[in-house]
Amino acid sequence: MRISHMFRRRGVTDNTLAGWLFVLPALALLLVFLILPFLMAFGLAFTNQRLIPGPLPTRYVGLRNFQRLVQDEVFLHALRNNIVFALVVVPLQSALALLLALLVNNRRRFITFFRASYFVPTVTTMVVVAIIWGFLLAEHGPINAILRVISLGTLGPYRWLDDVRLALPAIIMLSIWQGVGFQMVIYLAGLQGIPADLYEAAAIDGASLWQRFRYITLPGLRNTHIFVLVTTTILAFKLFTQVEVLTQGGPLDATQTLVRLMYVSGFKELKVGYASAMTVVFVFIVLIISVVQRRLFVEEREVA
Amino acid sequence: MFDARARWGARRTRHLLDALHTVALLFFLFVFLAPLWIMWVSSLKANEFQLLAEMNTWRVFIPSRPSLQNYVDVFHRMPFGRFLFNSTFIVSNIVIWGLLINSMAGYALARLRWAGRAVVLALIVSLIIIPFEGVAVPLLLIVNRLGWVESYQVQIVPFIAHPFSIYLFYQFFIGIPRDFDEAALVDGASRFRIYWNIILPLSRPVLATVAILQFLEYWGAFLWPLMVTRGFDYRPLTVGMQTFFGQWPREWGDIMAFATMMTVPTLVIFVVFQRWFIQSVASAGVKG
Repeated sequence: MRISHMFRRRGVTDNTLAGWLFVLPALALLLVFLILPFLMAFGLAFTNQRLIPGPLPTRYVGLRNFQRLVQDEVFLHALRNNIVFALVVVPLQSALALLLALLVNNRRRFITFFRASYFVPTVTTMVVVAIIWGFLLAEHGPINAILRVISLGTLGPYRWLDDVRLALPAIIMLSIWQGVGFQMVIYLAGLQGIPADLYEAAAIDGASLWQRFRYITLPGLRNTHIFVLVTTTILAFKLFTQVEVLTQGGPLDATQTLVRLMYVSGFKELKVGYASAMTVVFVFIVLIISVVQRRLFVEEREVA
Repeated sequence: MFDARARWGARRTRHLLDALHTVALLFFLFVFLAPLWIMWVSSLKANEFQLLAEMNTWRVFIPSRPSLQNYVDVFHRMPFGRFLFNSTFIVSNIVIWGLLINSMAGYALARLRWAGRAVVLALIVSLIIIPFEGVAVPLLLIVNRLGWVESYQVQIVPFIAHPFSIYLFYQFFIGIPRDFDEAALVDGASRFRIYWNIILPLSRPVLATVAILQFLEYWGAFLWPLMVTRGFDYRPLTVGMQTFFGQWPREWGDIMAFATMMTVPTLVIFVVFQRWFIQSVASAGVKG
């Protein structure tokens, strides 16, 4: 006992060099490729920096980029799209994920097959998902055909991705299809963390299925809900790939998003300063969502 | 008499619920697998007119007159092999270097006492929040200055160090009993030997988790390669797929053949390591 204690004491001085050496590679990479660009975004947002040096020298422009952002109709439209996307996708996808988790949380035959199948879209790359849905949503494609049959010929055909009112809903649909499996697995882990004796006790007391769900399952999933809601909200603000592949933000900016505009002005139009101002707005949104998550988690701990 | 009838009623309700459960399971099976099935079936339809004509009929599910012609066409029209190599090379480098460097950092944070540890740990944890999209534009400026545009390293090096992976390693290493290292220390093993010969072999679950999460994240990488590659030489599959999709006239058969070839490797990996995938995602949720 005493010998190991001595070793540990001696270790205090010995390990400082070893400790720094072990974290050095990771820390150096993070400094150059994460911390530095993160800080740069805040600096660049107040300049007219361009990707390739233009005729005008880079200089400090104060809040001009932000003043422009507030008046930039396309930017405001994109922000609105992201918010609409989040408001629709977050509740819908979470509820569907919970439903799927409840469906596969048992020991039926082939249940692992169902679980794995529901998860398959999540391991399918988003670019491929977008393209498959481009096919499904085509004017003479399968989805319009199904709609026509179900509605006895009264609905459609719709030009989903070319219609200002339907493009965002179409993007929402395929995003949920791809993402819900991920959340399902997280809910499944949450469900399996609820002690089984709670359900047994409730069954003995004669609680109905609904009561068991309402008073045991839902409260038991509190932290899972918070995690799912926060990650899905943040994902909603990162929306890019499916939009870039299918609609390039169109028609008429109906599917324009924050990240896509950042990409267009920073990379295509070379306006790094302006794109950095958008980055700052984006980072603030994500930080606020994360801080809210931390708050909620802390509360949970205090209650428990 | 009354009791028996009530019990019969309850049993009937349970049977009904059971049947509903099965119907729901099958319905969602269709919802999640049918699109991928359609992708595969369409990739086998060499005749584009036939494919378009069958698109809105039940025949969209049936590979009538299957042919591999579309697959041959993809190789003629696009350097598919090159894209596949690029994606594989980039992602395996990120995963392998990432496993090494992030686990080393996690080891130092979890199992060594050193001046500055608490500060570095707090820094890493707070970095988890920063999304890649929040640094993409300034990062483009940095790699432009480094002259890294159009290369492999520009798609690998920035993504090796990964705060969340470090955190996952840290969490796992903290749970390994201390006696293991102390016994080795008494035997005169160096810190690196302890990490390499004792800790890492005990850490297969977390190594698998980190590898799988990294693989999923970077196999689908799209925004960054779109910004840092121009020609075909260094492009990954995702950007190649998008370029192919954007070419007119749009040949759905060829596009679906490309998409199928791109999806099969990940599906095979998923089916083989299925349990690990699902556990990885679940543990990411629990620890996030």
